[in-house]
Amino acid sequence: MSLDTAWTRDALAAARPKAVAALLRYFRDLGTAEEAYQEACLKALTAWDRNGPPRDPAAWLIFVGRNAALDGVRRRARLTALPDDAALSDLGDAEASLADRIDDGAYRDDILRLLFVCCHPDLPATGSVALALRIVSGLSVAQIARAFLVSEAAMEQRITRAKRVVAGAGVPFNAPGAVERAERLGTVAPMLYLVFNEGYSNAADPARAALCDEGIRLARLLLRLFPAEPEIMGLLALMLLQHSRLAARFDADGAAILLEDQDRSRWDARAIAEGLALVDKAMRHRRPGPYQAQAAIAALHARAADASDTDWAGIDRLYATLERLQPSPVVTLNRAVAHAKVHGPAAALALLEPLGDRLTGYFHFHGVRGAFLQQLGRAGEARDAFGRAVALANTPAEAAHIRTHLDRLQGA
Amino acid sequence: MLYAVLCYDDEDMVFARDASANDALMARLDAVQAPHARAGRLGPVARLMPTTSAVSVRKGAEPLVIDGPFAETKEQLLGFYTIECDGLDEAVAFAKELIAANPGAGGYEIRPLLLFRPDGALPA
Repeated sequence: MSLDTAWTRDALAAARPKAVAALLRYFRDLGTAEEAYQEACLKALTAWDRNGPPRDPAAWLIFVGRNAALDGVRRRARLTALPDDAALSDLGDAEASLADRIDDGAYRDDILRLLFVCCHPDLPATGSVALALRIVSGLSVAQIARAFLVSEAAMEQRITRAKRVVAGAGVPFNAPGAVERAERLGTVAPMLYLVFNEGYSNAADPARAALCDEGIRLARLLLRLFPAEPEIMGLLALMLLQHSRLAARFDADGAAILLEDQDRSRWDARAIAEGLALVDKAMRHRRPGPYQAQAAIAALHARAADASDTDWAGIDRLYATLERLQPSPVVTLNRAVAHAKVHGPAAALALLEPLGDRLTGYFHFHGVRGAFLQQLGRAGEARDAFGRAVALANTPAEAAHIRTHLDRLQGA
Repeated sequence: MLYAVLCYDDEDMVFARDASANDALMARLDAVQAPHARAGRLGPVARLMPTTSAVSVRKGAEPLVIDGPFAETKEQLLGFYTIECDGLDEAVAFAKELIAANPGAGGYEIRPLLLFRPDGALPA
């Protein structure tokens, strides 16, 4: 029987997080675990084709990977004493059935540990993200380099450096208690959101937007392992709801289209439906958190068939909740935008004024402030604010957008 | 006899597939269904959202609401077909057609339907 090669490729990819995570538990070393997984994959290509697919690909890969790595260690230790093939394991059915005995329940803490290891505090955020994409998602260095717009050599170096930091730090192998588990989840979730955001912020480029799919895949994985965590439901919902707008976010030239101007018929209805279901599910727990609040805000946008139907009062309230849960000037800035829709630009401007010191170098602050001033008829101040925004724009598209406001002011 | 053909596969496999491979698979599965639909023998077909969207309500003195699917298994129930067949052989043949279009692990469970209310239309 010849297995569909696409199926084998997907099965290896699907089993990867479980397999590498369990091998990390055995070997307590990321490099050895990764090599063991790679070696098991090579053996799978021939063994699965010959014997048919194993009932549990992950368990098969763990068992065979563990043996292969142990053989490697033995071979290196007794290179002169043993001929190479004496140390090669046979890949019969007996071993595959043994592999089936590996306890499913252990995977949960294994995968959490694997993700947690990638979030080592000595690593810069980009290092954590790159390491997770390489080790957990299994993206090639070339793919990751493309997504980060750096050369393959530079990315290779970054990942090697990250692995060295992790290896030097040692891996926490104690079985985590409830508190440690919660702490690890609290560290891993933002890293997954970073993976997603790397894609989301650069989604006009398909190679970079692919990171959104990886972020969603990792969040699904985490939620499968921790099905009763409302914040992980919120995280996945937030990703799905934001990603649902992908096809509507950019014009033919790749310039960003504002939420209110997007063609909503191009939003992905399936992703929205799943996101809304998850928000609904999370809310039942009555344990609010920042991801749930952000997902709930995204849900209110997603529910509006037309921009004019948006429940701005609801969004204003949710941003107030988010301000309480995770105070930040950027959250207040976002709240001010919603606040303006309900209570007018004067009230919104009052929310903004205390932020001036902290957001003075932030493009959006001056853009939003300029818009409020413009609405209030304070043209001179508006022009100043827009001028500062243009100077701080991160992309030509941002600058162009502000210039249309300036042109309107000039014309007035 | 009316049958339900329940689709079981490892959900992780579904997420590992890239978009173009997924589209190709869906097209192959559509092609399997088409002649049965034309013959008027295919009933409702449903794809379930991922198990992460599931909530289970367990019976007890107080019904207990638990996040996740009813049973934690290696393969998950991902969807189902309903189809009118002249006996089990024909239902098995339909499942084999689905497998030819969607090879790999997992499989299909064939369950004759005891009760079916086709008039229960979904709200628009």
